[in-house]
Amino acid sequence: MTHSTNFLRLLSLLIFIVLLALIPRYAQPYTIISLNSIFMYIVLTVSWAMFSGPTHYISLASAAFFGLGIYVSAILGDKLPLLVVIGFGGLISSLLALLVGLSSLRLRGMYFTIFTFGLSELIRHSVLWWEVNETGTVGRWVIAVDNTTVYYVMLAILLITLVVTYIIKHSKYGLALLSIGESEEAADHIGINVNALKIIIFAVGTFFMGATGAIMATRWSYIDPSIAFNPLFSFMPVLMAIFGGVGQIFGQVLGAAVLTLLADLLLTKLPYYYMLLYGVILIIVILFLPKGLVGLKEEVKLWLRGMKQRYENT
Amino acid sequence: MSLTLLLDILIGGLMMGGLYALIAVGLSLQYGVARVLNVSHGEFIMLGAFATYSLYILFGMNPLLSLVVSGPFIFIVGFLIHRTLFKRLKRLSPTMDAFEGSSLLASFGLLFIIQNVALLIWGSDVKGYSYLSKPVNFFGAVYAANRLVALLFAILIGIIFYYFLKRTRVGKAIRAAAQDVTTAQLMGVNIHFVLGLCFGLGALMAGIAGSLTSMMFEITPLIGFPYTIIAIIAVVLGGLGNILGSLIGGFILGLIGNIVMYIHPGLSLIAYYLIFLLLLLIKPTGILGK
Repeated sequence: MTHSTNFLRLLSLLIFIVLLALIPRYAQPYTIISLNSIFMYIVLTVSWAMFSGPTHYISLASAAFFGLGIYVSAILGDKLPLLVVIGFGGLISSLLALLVGLSSLRLRGMYFTIFTFGLSELIRHSVLWWEVNETGTVGRWVIAVDNTTVYYVMLAILLITLVVTYIIKHSKYGLALLSIGESEEAADHIGINVNALKIIIFAVGTFFMGATGAIMATRWSYIDPSIAFNPLFSFMPVLMAIFGGVGQIFGQVLGAAVLTLLADLLLTKLPYYYMLLYGVILIIVILFLPKGLVGLKEEVKLWLRGMKQRYENT
Repeated sequence: MSLTLLLDILIGGLMMGGLYALIAVGLSLQYGVARVLNVSHGEFIMLGAFATYSLYILFGMNPLLSLVVSGPFIFIVGFLIHRTLFKRLKRLSPTMDAFEGSSLLASFGLLFIIQNVALLIWGSDVKGYSYLSKPVNFFGAVYAANRLVALLFAILIGIIFYYFLKRTRVGKAIRAAAQDVTTAQLMGVNIHFVLGLCFGLGALMAGIAGSLTSMMFEITPLIGFPYTIIAIIAVVLGGLGNILGSLIGGFILGLIGNIVMYIHPGLSLIAYYLIFLLLLLIKPTGILGK
């Protein structure tokens, strides 16, 4: 790739970001709300894939980290400034991720996946039990923040997430993560500090989940453990990443954006069939699109090339 | 704590344990042998429960007799799901790890589909019927008769299945596949048939457990998932691929659940998760594992 195309790409990216920043001045409130949820799912997907993508450790604990952020916002939202609350939400999630990482180092493959899922459910049921038996109420109110502020904060979190992911991916640590995914023993033998790297990247990714939870909580105004720790928040990022293409950041972003729009559409048009169709899409994607939408592009290219060759041969 | 209370908790635990053991053996066949961590396992329990409920309400069919109708049906559904979905996934996956990951996600898809189809058919209201709910005096403690019937049934099915595994040719093939799929295939086992059979049998056991559940508890289309969790814990507790282990694991969980329930009713699910996480951290190979 030449120097000038690189420059052009950067320029068009900058223009795109400026356009996104200008949207609240001109768009309808509904557009902003739906963009907010798209940003939310992109952040969740990209930060999930930061660790789980290259290493193949499928984490199903995103809901736990996201939900912790939501609860930080519900408890501290009226006591501290918004940005502090968001930072705190991220830090608490990272702290939990460090604990999870340290305790589950021995677990590989499937065991890691069910461990993270069990943990997320344990937290949900424990918080529920605590709220019912100790606080006496199931839900909590969250201080509302206007949509435009949420939009700019989400945009900022999204950009930071993408930049951090890009930097990690193109550094030596990105390569190290890939080699862990290929073979953990081999990675260890060539001098990678496997455990430290795994835990740190896991914690970095979860920071953004917690921060997103803290800001998005203001949109719901009322939360309870079943809303905050909904297991769907664990599955959505996995599905979106696979749907778009786990290997590339662009694929993850595309998958999250397309599926969020689709979910919005299904929820308004066919509310009773929403989860049913969601399951059908999940299975179809796994069966027929193992490399995601990005892989589909490659396949179409290959197919076209094959057609062209056949055409030239005759 | 008085002796009768202790006995009460113990027998109550064994009754739940029998049900859990049935569910766990079913999942053990799917996860331990066919390598599909089927999180929609509990949905087959729900299907079994609703099949029995509907047959009882619509035709007044005896719940135990309804197993003859619902059992084969659920078995065939399970068998076909493996033939169409998981067999293809296995062919697509380059490694066993990749297969386990994608089959886990696919089974979540199944969970959403089955649960929501059931919600469309039966609605989200709590349903129930009364069958054999007469109290029976059992060693000084009083139980509904249907609980005793459920325990007896669970034990009976356990024994039949044990002999099926030990004495028949197909049972031998299943045990071979549980130890090593590739080697079993080399020895001439028709592996896709056996794995499909395991999946179907797993679904069948869940269905039977569901029918028994519907006699004892009220049901909704959402009852499945907690059973899935219990089954996963029992299977990990007993050791992956160890069918006898998951049977024991089920009974242990039933006992623990009943003890915790006695201490504080709301805590049993939390206790299950805690045991599960600690078990994974300390001894992921299970109590009978190497």
